[in-house]
Amino acid sequence: MADWVRQYLFSPDMFSNDQVTGALLAGGVVAAVSAVLGYFVVLRGLSFIGHAVTDIGFTGGAGASLLGLNALWGLATFCVAAALGVGALGNRARERDVATGVILALALGIGAMFLYINTRYVSAPFTLLFGSIFEVDPDTTRVMAWVGLLCLAVLAVLYRPLLFCSLAPETAEARGVPVRFISTVFLVCMAVAVAEAAQVVGVLLSTALLIGPPATAAYLVARPGLGIAIAAVAGVLETWLGIDLSYVSYNWPPSGKGWPVSFFITSLALGFYVVARLLRPAFRQRMGAAPTRIRAD
Amino acid sequence: MPILDHDATVLRLDRVTLQLGGREVLREVSLDLRAGEFVGLIGANGAGKTTLLRVILGLLRPGSGTVEVLGRPLRRGNRAVGYVPQKQQLDPDTPLRGRDLVGLGIDGHRWGVPFPSAKRRARIEEALRAVDAAHYADAPVGRLSGGEQQRLLIAQALLAEPKILLLDEPLANLDIRSANEVVRLVARIGRERGVSVLLVAHDMNPLMEVMDTVVYLAEGRAAVGPVAEVVRTEVLSKLYGYPVDVLHVRGRILVLGGGEVLMGGHADHEVHAHG
Repeated sequence: MADWVRQYLFSPDMFSNDQVTGALLAGGVVAAVSAVLGYFVVLRGLSFIGHAVTDIGFTGGAGASLLGLNALWGLATFCVAAALGVGALGNRARERDVATGVILALALGIGAMFLYINTRYVSAPFTLLFGSIFEVDPDTTRVMAWVGLLCLAVLAVLYRPLLFCSLAPETAEARGVPVRFISTVFLVCMAVAVAEAAQVVGVLLSTALLIGPPATAAYLVARPGLGIAIAAVAGVLETWLGIDLSYVSYNWPPSGKGWPVSFFITSLALGFYVVARLLRPAFRQRMGAAPTRIRAD
Repeated sequence: MPILDHDATVLRLDRVTLQLGGREVLREVSLDLRAGEFVGLIGANGAGKTTLLRVILGLLRPGSGTVEVLGRPLRRGNRAVGYVPQKQQLDPDTPLRGRDLVGLGIDGHRWGVPFPSAKRRARIEEALRAVDAAHYADAPVGRLSGGEQQRLLIAQALLAEPKILLLDEPLANLDIRSANEVVRLVARIGRERGVSVLLVAHDMNPLMEVMDTVVYLAEGRAAVGPVAEVVRTEVLSKLYGYPVDVLHVRGRILVLGGGEVLMGGHADHEVHAHG
């Protein structure tokens, strides 16, 4: 391997660094979970809710940090509470978005106050808002990986009725699908996923992992299984490449200070999305997403 | 081909009364739907059509009266009742194909992920052919026209192998040609599969050729029977509770009353024209 590659682009010795391997593990799981959930978030038109839930989680994280607790638990608790609140608001999109917007602003205000009076941890605001995957301790990393896998398992169980409710809610209801229950369980899973994603890229950017990869996949294929798989692969790649670039960026100018992972992941998410948009015409044809004209009779 | 017992009642409503928000939406509605029968459920907006459908689907419980499906008391999620809701246009970027939407009719209500199989594919293909939708089943579903999406939803409902097919305003927002095609298609499916059809519309004129029975809803009350017996000045005047006139104009039926066209004036499938 050329020296400049080793120095500026990819350095194999990052695999012998525990912080980096932990970040790769947790980041990979979180990215996959976010992408899979995100596919349904996009399908159900919940992008705004996804973002709002993390912002409300921010208040929990800031509160936990003020009390000297692990910010992740505060974050996750508030995200889940927010999701349950949104679930209780029901499926009337307009009303739900307005109510969520108001509560979101209040929550952010309270969070800002928590951070202001928190003098113990000066790095708390930055960590919460923009993430710091390298600083998550190994125990938390392991928990994040397991919780992420649990989310994926729940989603696998929900898969068909969730798709049914998302596309044809009235028919699903008539067929006896518990529409409301499924919607609430899905929101809770989403809350857990964005709380975890916030550890990697921060509260402000967690939607990059939630919305970016599924949007990329939706540009390429119009079928659910393959779309979800592409989204997951894209999300994991973005995260791993981001961690790698952040690691080698210690050698980048201005030297001596690594660039934040969040910067790389969000840039890569945008990059993947743009490439997908450019590739779309060629890809769509190949995948048979365009109408195949066969007359039935 | 199923053997039909044309006297068999598949759906029976007996004096169903329902109040919503203090208002009586349905008053003593009785009706018998026989196997293979094509019934038009006709009424203006607010006449109680959708409410009646929700009662038949088991989503609303009547205040009094009984509903029986295939001789048994009603329950929600009954597979014998297929439902095609009033369609909402899906987002054009919905990342799914028509056949994915249709496939939900087989197993969308079951937990877990679907296992692709030749049998599943063949059943979907058969349903797609039944509604003449096979040639656009691989296109992204949101890019299809309203009429095309309608057919996919009918195919989806057929996959549950229902005995009764409920269609809520399937002709709304369709141009005359598409509306006629949908009516003929539904009638053919009903005939071939022995499925009873209950089609909701606010204009009965596009249904005249295929309709066996009309359920005319007004003011929450229903008049049920063949068109010639129900759509008459005396019967409808009694139903509305004020004098109305039934006119036959150039092969169309119009119902006039209180200085307004109550039925058949301007069907909104004529207002909107898709390409």
